[in-house]
Amino acid sequence: MLEKALTGTKKYYGWMAALLAVIGVGFACYLWQFQFGLGITGMSRDVSWGFYIAQFTFLVGVAASAVMVVLPYYLHNYKAFGRITILGEFLAVASVTMCILFIFVDLGQPTRVMNVLLHPTPNSILFWDMIVLNGYLFLNIIIGWKVLEAERNDVAPAGWLKPLIYLSIPWAVSIHTVTAYLYCGLPGRGFWLTAILAPRFLSSAFAAGPALLILLCMIVRKLTKFDPGKEQIQSLAKVVAYAITVNVFFFLCEVFVVFYSNIPEHMDHIKYLFVGLHGHGVLVPWMWASMILMVVSIILLVNPVTRKNETVLVVACITVFIGTWIDKGLGMISGGFVPNPLHHVNEYVPTLPEILIAIAIWAIGFLILTALFKIAVTIKEEVAGLA
Amino acid sequence: MKSSRRRFLKIAGISALGLGTKPVLDVMASSGEMAAPKTTKGENALVAQRWGMIIDTRKLQSEEDLEPMIEICDKIHNVPKFENKNHEVKWLWEEEFKHVFPMQEQDFLGYRLKHMSFLTLCNHCEKAPCVRVCPTKATFKREDGIVLMDFHRCIGCRFCMAACPYGSRSFNFRDPRPFIKETNPDFPTRTKGVVEKCNFCAERLAVGKIPACVEVSKGALTFGDLDDPESEVRKVLRNNYTIRRKPALGTGPSVFYIV
Amino acid sequence: MPNNKKMYDKGKVVAGLCIFVVLITFPFWFNLGKAAPVPEPKLSDKAKAAKECVMPKAYMKAEHMQILNEWRDTVVRDAKRIYTNPSGKKFNMSLSNTCLDCHTEKAEFCDACHNYASVTPYCWDCHIDPKEAK
Repeated sequence: MLEKALTGTKKYYGWMAALLAVIGVGFACYLWQFQFGLGITGMSRDVSWGFYIAQFTFLVGVAASAVMVVLPYYLHNYKAFGRITILGEFLAVASVTMCILFIFVDLGQPTRVMNVLLHPTPNSILFWDMIVLNGYLFLNIIIGWKVLEAERNDVAPAGWLKPLIYLSIPWAVSIHTVTAYLYCGLPGRGFWLTAILAPRFLSSAFAAGPALLILLCMIVRKLTKFDPGKEQIQSLAKVVAYAITVNVFFFLCEVFVVFYSNIPEHMDHIKYLFVGLHGHGVLVPWMWASMILMVVSIILLVNPVTRKNETVLVVACITVFIGTWIDKGLGMISGGFVPNPLHHVNEYVPTLPEILIAIAIWAIGFLILTALFKIAVTIKEEVAGLA
Repeated sequence: MKSSRRRFLKIAGISALGLGTKPVLDVMASSGEMAAPKTTKGENALVAQRWGMIIDTRKLQSEEDLEPMIEICDKIHNVPKFENKNHEVKWLWEEEFKHVFPMQEQDFLGYRLKHMSFLTLCNHCEKAPCVRVCPTKATFKREDGIVLMDFHRCIGCRFCMAACPYGSRSFNFRDPRPFIKETNPDFPTRTKGVVEKCNFCAERLAVGKIPACVEVSKGALTFGDLDDPESEVRKVLRNNYTIRRKPALGTGPSVFYIV
Repeated sequence: MPNNKKMYDKGKVVAGLCIFVVLITFPFWFNLGKAAPVPEPKLSDKAKAAKECVMPKAYMKAEHMQILNEWRDTVVRDAKRIYTNPSGKKFNMSLSNTCLDCHTEKAEFCDACHNYASVTPYCWDCHIDPKEAK
């Protein structure tokens, strides 16, 4: 089936070449970082995790959201999603790959990465994160590939796949839960020290992931002869609508607890993000933009008239995606580190090479995604006799 | 020896995976013919159940009182001096009251406390969060309570820096060597990409010396075994009211302050 | 799907294979006849006078890296710094202060072989050659 990714239109080749060029630039920056050290990034003694780990956190969510198409189809026999489960699973594959790469480029001593296996340490959440992420990657590759193969050959998927598919459902929840546990189990980091962090991560994931999937479905419909389907897109839109609503609700719960309890260690981080602290506030406009985008998207998505209009839906999905990306991909990590445990305010801004490396990893993700979607869609076209 | 048995198991495991066991067994057999070498602590090594430190801030009034301690620490441990604040490496440094004890800050604090500098260092916590989160055991707790870094093993994930509630850890954002004025050949420098922090002068304890900062403190710092009721630290703790940083977090710092 | 044994684009495939073989063997024929002589690590006077290292010469030759690995774990993790070899002699387990104290010429003793074997142990990223420090 892999050969389907090797043939395509000029546009397809052009897009892949463009991605490769972006990857090339980022790779050059990474070689510089490898040689010089993480000093080429904007990270510091106080903000010791930055853009890389934030992208990782956001993308774990996108990966986990595949469960939003897998679960209704396999557990509730919601037939419509059968058409697009493969797209969800392949999106997960691309996202988890990006996650693993983002962790890798964040390491100070990348050549020693195997120490995590040589000296396994179950009391470290990072150890479990490694297990759940790699496990999820393999689950989705195997399930996606075998189900697609069966569809191509017009046979029922092998029986042994069923338990793996059922396993992938709680596994998807686990990857984002474990990722939240990386942060929320740390004493002295008031911003993350909240039991609602994992639920918040999941809600924003189930908004951002399906929103991206809707956009991808529309692109697929436009560029190929395969139509993921109107009903499918509308069902996903409802998932996005309520996930983003719950996400904003959870955030407001945080705001209430933090400000009504009036505990400075917890308030200071949210103050820093939304109004600035001691004159520092690079993220203030971003955070408000994120809030506004999320609220606007709730209005557009919950209202059936606007949701059913596909042009508006595109706008709403972009709004959700950008809003949640700012929330998690910018604010969530920096916000936890500023102020630092000694209540110094040292801000973080990513540097250009750091951003280029991050963009390159996104490009790798899109390269994988494009190739996998190309395979899936070509086979769908073949099966439907459209090719 | 524990470590060589572990190594044997590792090698045996790897060979069982398909490299073939013969060459490995040959090596093991040939080394088995010699009497086994022994490893021990030095005769003068200072030992304890749980090392601890008391900082008597009444005896450290000005920054000039703190400087010799910080200077000697930086010097013997090859701590680099970076101009870029983002890349700073700190083992022992000074902070104001509101930063060392952020939860205990209040408007009516006396002039002395409000304006003086406090020594700040790794607390060698009893239940250290950094040890808990390290994915490779590069940060670990020694039998004598010291929280130590194994620079050879650190992968530079910086989870420990996120976990430490005292901001006691530094990361080598670049090769530190060009930023060390005078290198002390008896102690290694660090390489780029690893985390570092105060080690309670483990290298000095091993040869019977107390930590360098304590030695030059003119009696302001007391160092000893917290588990020994007869030790000097316990005597000082009995006779003075001491506080620790962020006690509510349950980390159990081994560094005490008399204020 | 066509199911015959004919090879498509035969010319291109064969040419491609040839280029591949040439490229992958490039290091071999490029370096043909240029092999560097095997270096002999030079012992310093102090090392010569000492006659024996912590372990017999043959063992050290083959296993010095394992010993160093064990030393570093024992010193850092078990807080034990004294090594008693089979003949009862004691050593402070320290690369900079014991090994290099005797093998004073790091360049001629360590680096010569390491360079020849193209290994770059990262010991020296942190541990200091006392000579360089001065």
